[in-house]
Parts: sequence; C-alpha cells; structure tokens
Amino acid sequence: MEWTSYLAPLSQGAWVTVQLTVYSTILGGIFAFLFGLGKLSHNPLLKGISVAYIEIFRGTSLLVQLFWIYFALPIMGQAIGLDLRFPPVVAGVVALALNIGAYGAEVVRGAVQAVPKEQYEAATALNFTSRKRLWRITLPQAIPEMMPTFGNLAVQNLKDTALVSLISLGDMAFRAEQIRNFTQDSVTVYTLVLFMYFGMALVLTACMKLLERYVGRWRAVGR
Amino acid sequence: MNDATKTRDPIIKFDKVVKRFGDHVVLDELDFEVQRGEKVTIIGPSGSGKSTVLRILMTLEEINDGVVYVGGQPLWHQWRGDRLIPASEQHLRQMRSQLGMVFQQFNLFPHMTVLRNLTEAPVQVLGVKKAEARQRGLELLEMVGLADQADKYPHQLSGGQQQRVGIARALAMRPKVMLFDEPTSALDPELVGEVLNVIRTLADEHDLTMLLVTHEMHFARQVSDRICFFDQGRIKEQGKPEDIFTAPKEERTKAFLKAVLDPDD
Repeated sequence: MEWTSYLAPLSQGAWVTVQLTVYSTILGGIFAFLFGLGKLSHNPLLKGISVAYIEIFRGTSLLVQLFWIYFALPIMGQAIGLDLRFPPVVAGVVALALNIGAYGAEVVRGAVQAVPKEQYEAATALNFTSRKRLWRITLPQAIPEMMPTFGNLAVQNLKDTALVSLISLGDMAFRAEQIRNFTQDSVTVYTLVLFMYFGMALVLTACMKLLERYVGRWRAVGR
Repeated sequence: MNDATKTRDPIIKFDKVVKRFGDHVVLDELDFEVQRGEKVTIIGPSGSGKSTVLRILMTLEEINDGVVYVGGQPLWHQWRGDRLIPASEQHLRQMRSQLGMVFQQFNLFPHMTVLRNLTEAPVQVLGVKKAEARQRGLELLEMVGLADQADKYPHQLSGGQQQRVGIARALAMRPKVMLFDEPTSALDPELVGEVLNVIRTLADEHDLTMLLVTHEMHFARQVSDRICFFDQGRIKEQGKPEDIFTAPKEERTKAFLKAVLDPDD
C-alpha cells in the first residue's frame, strides 16, 4: 500500500485529536481558574476542595484517571442507581481537562500570589470590594504572567490526547495503531504520525503566542 | 494650650491602641487625636510606629487592643447594643470611604493609564458615571500639573510624577482625611520638591485633614499645625512646629532632631 493512502484515515483521526485538544484545554483552563482561585480562598471548604482536587489529579496517572472515569465510574454509578456512562469523547475530554486543570490551577495560584502586595493595599485603600480587586487589579496583572506556562501545558495536553485511543476513541494515535495492525508498516505510519503531532504542536504554540501577546497588553511594559 | 478655634471633636482618635508584630510592641497604648482640618506630621526614628498609625487608619493593619475612632465611629469595631465587636467587612468599607492614602512606593496600577488610575475607583466603587469621573480626573491631573500625561502609563513617568498621580488618585475618591506615608522617601532628591509643592498646595487650599509621616523636616515645619514626635510606640512630645523644632523639651526629641537636621555633626 502507498503511504498516501494512510493520510485519509490519519486526517480523520487528526480532526478528533484537534477537537479533544481544544475542548479539554478550554475546559482545563476553566478548572485552572476555578480551583487556583479556590485554593487562595479564605473559605475553608472551597480551599479544601481545591487543594484536594489539585493534589489528587497531579498525584495520579492520567491513564488511570481516564480508565477510572470511563470504566469504573459507570459501575459505581450503577451501584447507587445513577447512569454515569459517558461517551468516550466526553470521558476523554473530562479526564484531560481535569488533569491539565490541576497543573493550571497551581500556575494561576502562583501568578496571583506574585502580584505585589502593595497593589492589593492600594486597591484596598481605594475601597474596592474583594471581587473587583480580583477582576480589576489582580487578574489583569497576573494573567500575562500565566501565559507562557499555559502555552506549555496546552502542548503537553495535545500530546496527552494520544492516551484516549486506549478507550477506543478514534483519534490520530488510534488510527495509526489500526493502520499498523493492518499493514505492519510501523516505520511509515509512526513517522507520519510523529510529524503530524509535531505540526499540530507548532500551530498550537503559535496560537498560544498570539493569545499571550493579546493579554500582554494588560502587562505594564518594562516591568 | 488648647486652640480655641478648634472644637473638641476629633476626626481621628486613638484610644489606648496596642499593635504588636510578634513580640515586638509597635504601638504601646497609644493615645492620639487629630482635629478636623488639622495638618499633623508624625516624626520619629524608624521603627517608632509612625507608618503603622497610618496603615491602621487605612485598615491595612489590624490592631491588637484599644479602639480607633474615625469621625466619631469606631474603625476596627462596630457597636452591638453598647458592646464593641470586631468590624465586619461592610463596616470597614463604609469607614474607609473617609480616608485616602498616598504610599511611599506610589503603588499605581501599572496596567492602567494615568487617567484610568484616577477614574477606576470612582467608577467601580462609588458608581460615578464614566464621563464625570474622566472630567474630575482631568481636573485633578491639572491640579498636580500632569494634564498632558493622562494617556501615558505609570512606568513612562518619573518617580515624582508618579507620586503626584498617586496623590490625585487618592483625592479622586473625595476623602475627608488624607494619609501620606513617607511620600518622598522613594524619590531622587531632585524630584522631592515637585511632590512637596503639590502637598503644600493641598494643605493651603483645602479643608482636608492631613496626616503625614515624613523625614522632610523643613517641609513639616512649613505645612503642619502640629508635630508629633513618636518614640517606641508612643508620642514622646508634641506641639506647634516652632516649639518642637526650636525648643524641644525632651532629650529624645533633641537627640533625634539634631541627628536629622545636622547629620554631619
């Protein structure tokens, strides 16, 4: 078989990989802010939940999390009378997002804490409510600092999507495995897939750079 | 001794206030009053609790004991029946609206233009209309001599200019009391004058109550109604500037003034 005939199924898989990456990165970003700010909360319950989430998802393997959500959760749901069976796409996106969100939450926390306390004091002296202080003063200064690390996490996430092929989701890695089983042409298939992942990572990095530049307008130049 | 023109209705009153940092006692049962419209300068060696007085008033530092009153209301407490209980955030916000603070390090918001630094809090906190806040912001910039810098960012200004924006930003909230925490200490010597001039104008033309912590003794002498010499968390000596600077009674005051006024001896 010609190597060009691999391209059609691989492209189908690539599209699934792109969707998984985009959805889980966005959802993971939301988790990152939610739990990163939660960890800084003075409310012990919010703080406790956030710390537990971050530690559990950073401290366990993504593969096991994925299997747990896809295979274990439905059985546990059955036991308590809930239907917790998810389609593979949903299970994949959720597992990836929870995983990247846990790392992202630490980035959010660090960047918020890195905003000088004098800024916090100035905002207090001007009588901002704590919510407006966060949205108007702290986050606009913290978000530009988070962006380079978020860029790295997004690329990491793209590469992690390959794991979802193990819950029979037809992503690029899954298609590659199928073709290899059929043709035994490991070298060609995996070389192709290697370059395709690399190409996607380049595009993703460029997108994150654009986003970084966009939010960089909030940063004080020369600081 | 008491100035007859001033009513005994202090806008600020510290009643046996204690502030500790760990084992270190910063304010030791401090009693201190400022009358409405009065300009008071606090001087004293570093670590004597000068800045702490301002930071307590701005609610940036809690107190350990005693009561602070602003405009007759307890600042860090609120009344429940006839008992004082710790203040809620709501009470603190209400009290804070009477005070404005100028920081040693300016603390401007680096991600906002100069004008936006002045309009953000009035719009977001006081609910002033944007156009109105902008108008008032430009007037204040005019007053501090920076009308042409409205669209620049803080890092594009000199330290002296930044501090003048800091003063304008605090004034934009229309406080009754202005707190100046070593406003010129972080400035290069040649930039000190422009900031002092703005503060002097404020002192002369407005009915603001002003509380200053500074090492600029000549300036303190010119603008203050009263000088308070702080030492070890208490007021060691206070009085009219002429009296304090020309005829201090306490040995500690004499030694301090000698050290700061003739540092070469």
